[in-house]
Amino acid sequence: MKKYDVKNCKILSAKQITEDIFDFIVYCPDFAPIAKPGQFAHIYVPGKTLRRPISICEIDKENNTLRFVFQIRGDGTRILSEFKEGMELDILAPLGNGFGLKDKEKKALFVGGGIGVPPLLGAAKHYGENATVCVGFRNKGAVILEEDFKNAGCSIKIATDDGSYGYHGLVTKLFEEEKPEIIYACGPTPMLKAVAAFAEKNGIECEISLEERMACGIGACLGCAVKLRNEENEEYMGHVCKDGPVFDYRKVVY
Amino acid sequence: MADLRVNVAGVEFSNPLIAASGTFGFGREYNELYPVSALGGISCKGITLKERPGNPAPRIAESPAGMLNAVGLQNPGVEHFIKHDLPWLKEQNTKIIANIAGSCPEDYFEMAKRLDSTDIDMIELNISCPNVKSGGVQFGTTTKGVSEITSGVRKNTSKPLMVKLSPNVTDITEMALAAEANGADAVSLINTLTGMRIDINTRRPIIHNNTGGVSGPAVFPVAVRMVWQVANKVKIPVVGLGGIATWQDAVEMLLAGATALQIGTALFTDPYAPIKITEGLSNYMDKNGIKSVSEITGGIKPW
Ligand SMILES: Cc1cc2nc3c(=O)[nH]c(=O)nc-3n(C[C@H](O)[C@H](O)[C@H](O)COP(=O)(O)OP(=O)(O)OC[C@H]3O[C@@H](n4cnc5c(N)ncnc54)[C@H](O)[C@@H]3O)c2cc1C
Ligand SMILES: Cc1cc2nc3c(=O)[nH]c(=O)nc-3n(C[C@H](O)[C@H](O)[C@H](O)COP(=O)(O)O)c2cc1C
Ligand code: FES
Repeated sequence: MKKYDVKNCKILSAKQITEDIFDFIVYCPDFAPIAKPGQFAHIYVPGKTLRRPISICEIDKENNTLRFVFQIRGDGTRILSEFKEGMELDILAPLGNGFGLKDKEKKALFVGGGIGVPPLLGAAKHYGENATVCVGFRNKGAVILEEDFKNAGCSIKIATDDGSYGYHGLVTKLFEEEKPEIIYACGPTPMLKAVAAFAEKNGIECEISLEERMACGIGACLGCAVKLRNEENEEYMGHVCKDGPVFDYRKVVY
Repeated sequence: MADLRVNVAGVEFSNPLIAASGTFGFGREYNELYPVSALGGISCKGITLKERPGNPAPRIAESPAGMLNAVGLQNPGVEHFIKHDLPWLKEQNTKIIANIAGSCPEDYFEMAKRLDSTDIDMIELNISCPNVKSGGVQFGTTTKGVSEITSGVRKNTSKPLMVKLSPNVTDITEMALAAEANGADAVSLINTLTGMRIDINTRRPIIHNNTGGVSGPAVFPVAVRMVWQVANKVKIPVVGLGGIATWQDAVEMLLAGATALQIGTALFTDPYAPIKITEGLSNYMDKNGIKSVSEITGGIKPW
C-alpha cells in the first residue's frame, strides 16, 4: 500500500455553505481507508502550476469519502469552487502527519479560527462528548460546521468579531476556564500563540496545525519551511508538509 | 520498442529523463509513488561543504505558468549526503548526479575531491543558484568565474563533470565555452531566471528573500533558445531543462540540441510527469520510426 498517491476522485456533492466557503464530499477509495484527521490533500487546479493544499475535514471510512471545506482566497481556490458534483478532482493524498489522537475518554479542547476550523472536525469526532470546541468567526454569516460538531456530541462555543452570533470578541476568551488534558488548534498565528501560551501556563499538551506555501507537498522541494526547535533547544528548518502540518506547540519557533 | 537510452559523457542513462536538482530531494519521497528507477537519473538536491539551513519562509510563490523559489540551498552537507543518502540512492538502479554549490572556489574543490572516492555517477557544478548571497551564481555569470571553478574542480576529480549554467547572463554561449575549455564533460541548462512577486496588500515581496528563481513552463521558450544556442557552439553534450512539462516539450528540447533532459517544476503539478513524458516520447519514436533518442538530438531544421 502506498503512503500517498495521485488519483482522480469523483465529487459526490459540492455545496456552497457561506458567501465564500465550499464543502465537497469526494469519493476517494484509495485515500479514505488510510487517511487520518489533520492530514491534507494537494489538489490540482486546472491551469495552475502548483497544487493547492487543503485539509481533510472529515473521513468516512464506510463510504470511502473525504470531505474538504475551503474558502476562496485567490484564483486557485476560485477555480476549485467552480467544480460541480460528478466532476473529478486530481488529488495527491493523504499527506502530512495528522493529529496525535489520544484515548477518547480524555477531555480535549479544540480551538479554531475561520477557515482553520474544518481541519479540527475529524479529530473532534474522535473525542465526541469529551470534546469542547471553541471557534471564532468574522460574523454570523461566516460561521461553519456548528451542526457537524454538535452531531458528533461535542460542546461548542462560538465567538464572532462583530458579536452578530455567540460571544462578542476573541475566541481566546472562550476557553480560559477550560481544564482539558489535550488541546488541538488551527487558525491565524495570533490565535495559535494565545493557545500556546494557555497550554504552557497550564502545562497541557497542545498540537497546532500550520500553513505554509507549498510546491511538492511531500517533503522533496524544501519549499514549505518552518523554524522548529529540537529537544536540545537548537533551532532548525523543518517542513510543514512532511514534519507537519500538525506540530507539538513547543517545537515551533515563532 | 524505441531505445530510450542516452549517453552523456560516458554515463549511460536508461532514458533521457533526469530529475532536476532541488525538486526531487534525494529521491525517497517520490519513491513512495513509483520506483525512482523509472527515471534515467536523479540530480540530487544541491549540497554544500557544510550543512545549510536555507532561507526563512516564504520560499515559494506562484506565477503565470510557473513559480518562483528561494529555498537557499538548504541541505545537510556533503558528508551527510555520502553517509545517509548515497547508499540508498545507489540501490535504486538509476544514475546519481551530485549537484554541488559553494560560497568560495575552495568549497567546490574540496567537495569534488571528497565525492571522487564515492559511487556517484556524475558531478553537476551548480554555479548558477540565484537564491543565496554566496552560492555560486557569482561564479556562473563571468567567464573568469566559470573557468576558475571548472578547472579547479577538474583537477580534483575524474568523475564525469557537468556544469550547470545560469540564464541570468548576456551571452550564455560564452559561459558554456568557458566550461568546455576548462574540462567540463557536459553542460546542463538552464537554472532558474531571477524574478520577483510583490503582494499588493502588504507591499512585501511574497518571497522572504525578496527575489527568487523562476521555473516552470513560463521559462520553456527561453530554455529552448539557450539550449539551441549552446548546442551550436560546444562539442560536449548539452542536458536541456527549464519548463519541460509534456512529452512534446521533451521532443522540442531534444530537437534544439539536448542529449538528455531534466525535469523539475512539472513534478509539482504532476508527480508522475516524468513517467508520462517517457511513455509519450517512446510512443512518438515508435510512430515516427525513430530508433534511438540520439536521432532526435539537434534535429532542428532552422530557417
Ligand atoms: C496544510 C494546509 C492545509 C490547508 N487547509 C485548508 C482548508 O482546509 N481550507 C482552506 O480553505 N484553506 C486551506 N489551506 C489554505 C489554502 O491552501 C490556500 O488558501 C490556497 O492555497 C490559496 O490558493 P489561491 O490560489 O486561492 O490563492 P493565491 O493567493 O492566488 O495563491 C497563490 C499561491 O500561494 C499559495 N497560498 C496562498 N495562500 C496560502 C496559504 N494560506 N497557505 C498555503 N499556501 C497558500 C497557493 O497555494 C498558491 O501556490 C491550507 C493550507 C495548508 C498549507
Ligand atoms: C524548489 C526548487 C529548488 C531548486 N534547487 C536547486 C538546487 O539545489 N540546485 C540546482 O542546481 N538547481 C536547483 N533548482 C533549479 C532546477 O534544478 C531547474 O534548473 C529549474 O527549476 C528549471 O527547470 P524546471 O522548469 O523543469 O523546474 C531548483 C528549482 C526549484 C523549483
Ligand atoms: S512543499 Fe515541498 S517540501 Fe513541503
